[in-house]
Amino acid sequence: MRSRMPSDVGKAAWLFLAPALLLIFIFFFLPVLASLVLSVTDFDIYAIASPATTRFVGLANYIKLLHDPEFWTALKNTFYFAIVGGPLTIAVSLGAALLLNARLVRFKSFFRTIYFTPFVTTLVAVAIVWRYLYHTRYGLLNYALGHIGIGPIDWLGNPHWAMPAIIFMSVWKNFGYNMLIFIAGLQAIPQDLYDAAEIDGAGPMGRFFNVTLPLLGPTLLFVGVITMIGYFQLFSEPYVMTQGGPLRSTTSVVLMMYEEGFRWWRMGYAAAIAFVLFVVILVATLLQFRLQKDRT
Amino acid sequence: MSRTNPRVSTGTATEHYRPGAVGGPAAGFGRGDSALTRRRISQVVLYTLLIIGALIALVPMLWMLSASLMPTGEASTYPPHFFPSHVTFAHYGELFTRLNLGRYLFNSALISFSVTAISLVINSMAGYAFAKLRFRGRDRAFRILSLGLVLPVQVAMLPLFLLMKNMHLINTYWGVIIPGMASIFGIFLIRQYALSIPDDMLDAARIDGASELRIYWSVVVPGILPILATLAIWTFLATWNDFMWPLIVLSDEVHYTLPVALANLSGEHVQDTELMMAGSVLTVIPVLAVFLFLQRYYIQGVMAGSVKG
Repeated sequence: MRSRMPSDVGKAAWLFLAPALLLIFIFFFLPVLASLVLSVTDFDIYAIASPATTRFVGLANYIKLLHDPEFWTALKNTFYFAIVGGPLTIAVSLGAALLLNARLVRFKSFFRTIYFTPFVTTLVAVAIVWRYLYHTRYGLLNYALGHIGIGPIDWLGNPHWAMPAIIFMSVWKNFGYNMLIFIAGLQAIPQDLYDAAEIDGAGPMGRFFNVTLPLLGPTLLFVGVITMIGYFQLFSEPYVMTQGGPLRSTTSVVLMMYEEGFRWWRMGYAAAIAFVLFVVILVATLLQFRLQKDRT
Repeated sequence: MSRTNPRVSTGTATEHYRPGAVGGPAAGFGRGDSALTRRRISQVVLYTLLIIGALIALVPMLWMLSASLMPTGEASTYPPHFFPSHVTFAHYGELFTRLNLGRYLFNSALISFSVTAISLVINSMAGYAFAKLRFRGRDRAFRILSLGLVLPVQVAMLPLFLLMKNMHLINTYWGVIIPGMASIFGIFLIRQYALSIPDDMLDAARIDGASELRIYWSVVVPGILPILATLAIWTFLATWNDFMWPLIVLSDEVHYTLPVALANLSGEHVQDTELMMAGSVLTVIPVLAVFLFLQRYYIQGVMAGSVKG
């Protein structure tokens, strides 16, 4: 017997939901839709003062994007960061997780905490620290490399090295998060499977490729998708470390969107950039789901 | 690779972790010297790799701390100094007196605590409703909400700025706080956990005549405390570390959060390595402290957000 009618519960439920749904709708979903509208207008600095001057321009912003070499550079840089940095981060995360999961290792939680620490630190602060570590003359990194016979590299001043430098810092900063997820995934693999593989004569490599990797499939997909999504949104690292330079070699799509939208106030154009970013992320996500499905 | 004794643990990293096995009697114990030797070698290799990894993880932060205590100019010498020749707190002093860092610290703390407190209430009510209350349109609302997880936040930022401008919230604390007050991720996390609250408990409270609000407050909230702790830490750290939106919405220095102020300072004071390191230390220390003291909850959140989510 219920003392209250289901409709009362329903009413209460909507009251519980109202604040969250209203906030998310007004301050997230609505702006996303508005962004699509903004991207087909010429909304600029004059429009901020008097929005009435805004005109509908159709796909003009998107067409202009296609002919903007700076946009293609930004897109290329972003893909470089995501396609090289993403798998590298995942590989380091998996390596660290395997190390920490080894049966012979003690002090696991001690090492785990240390490895995870870079992830919780403030990105802006550590980006500043790394800027000094990368210093051509006084930086620790070149000093260490000097000991193994590698001459000084102008990490952030050379267009060929700036993106690798940002990637390396990002791997350092982010691998701990994926590592935790991999550890959880590894611990869910039953020991029997390893025992069986061992009886069948599988060596450590065989066990890794035939037991660990296939069973980590869903974890890998999850980690791959969130890492990729995060890396396509590259912004703070180049903003703090290189301001997108040298020679725009580290300008990312989001950095370009920020500069177009909030420095030059070409908001219509910036909205088009934002939408291209959204489509890229969506396609990359779907692609990973697809790849995963094909493999299993 | 042929192996004489398949039962001997080689200590390769692919081995499954079993709590009981750690540091317990060796799997190859008493099975001959070669097995023991191999085990020993594996162990040395594993620990070497682990320690190198730990050094790479820690050195940037240790150097930051060390350089922040160096006399002016010492961090820009060749060969680089790893430790200060003598320890000085002058840069910290300068940050608080001349560069107004106390103000930014206050702003960051105010914004992070506000977002955490408000979002905890709003997300937990919504997450509970999705998990435990039956109502029309629930599944559809939940599906629409989950679409938001694949939308990058940057896509919303341009119109959000214009919206905030119309609401006269540019350059106010609320401009930063409001978009953080509800989060789809937070609602999902709470919902997942709240699913395990037994329906009987809720029905019993209803039969006793408790109002829905009272049930939420005295039955649901105590039941989901662990996940609330996780979400609280998660939200606090994310808000504290957030950079892009505060950078956009805060234009006046008096409202700057620490990361925004630090990025701004680093442009003007690029040569003052020691000063910038002191600023970085002050920005990072609060989040590190929260993490180190409460890491159990934080790490649970990472696991919960991934494995089930």
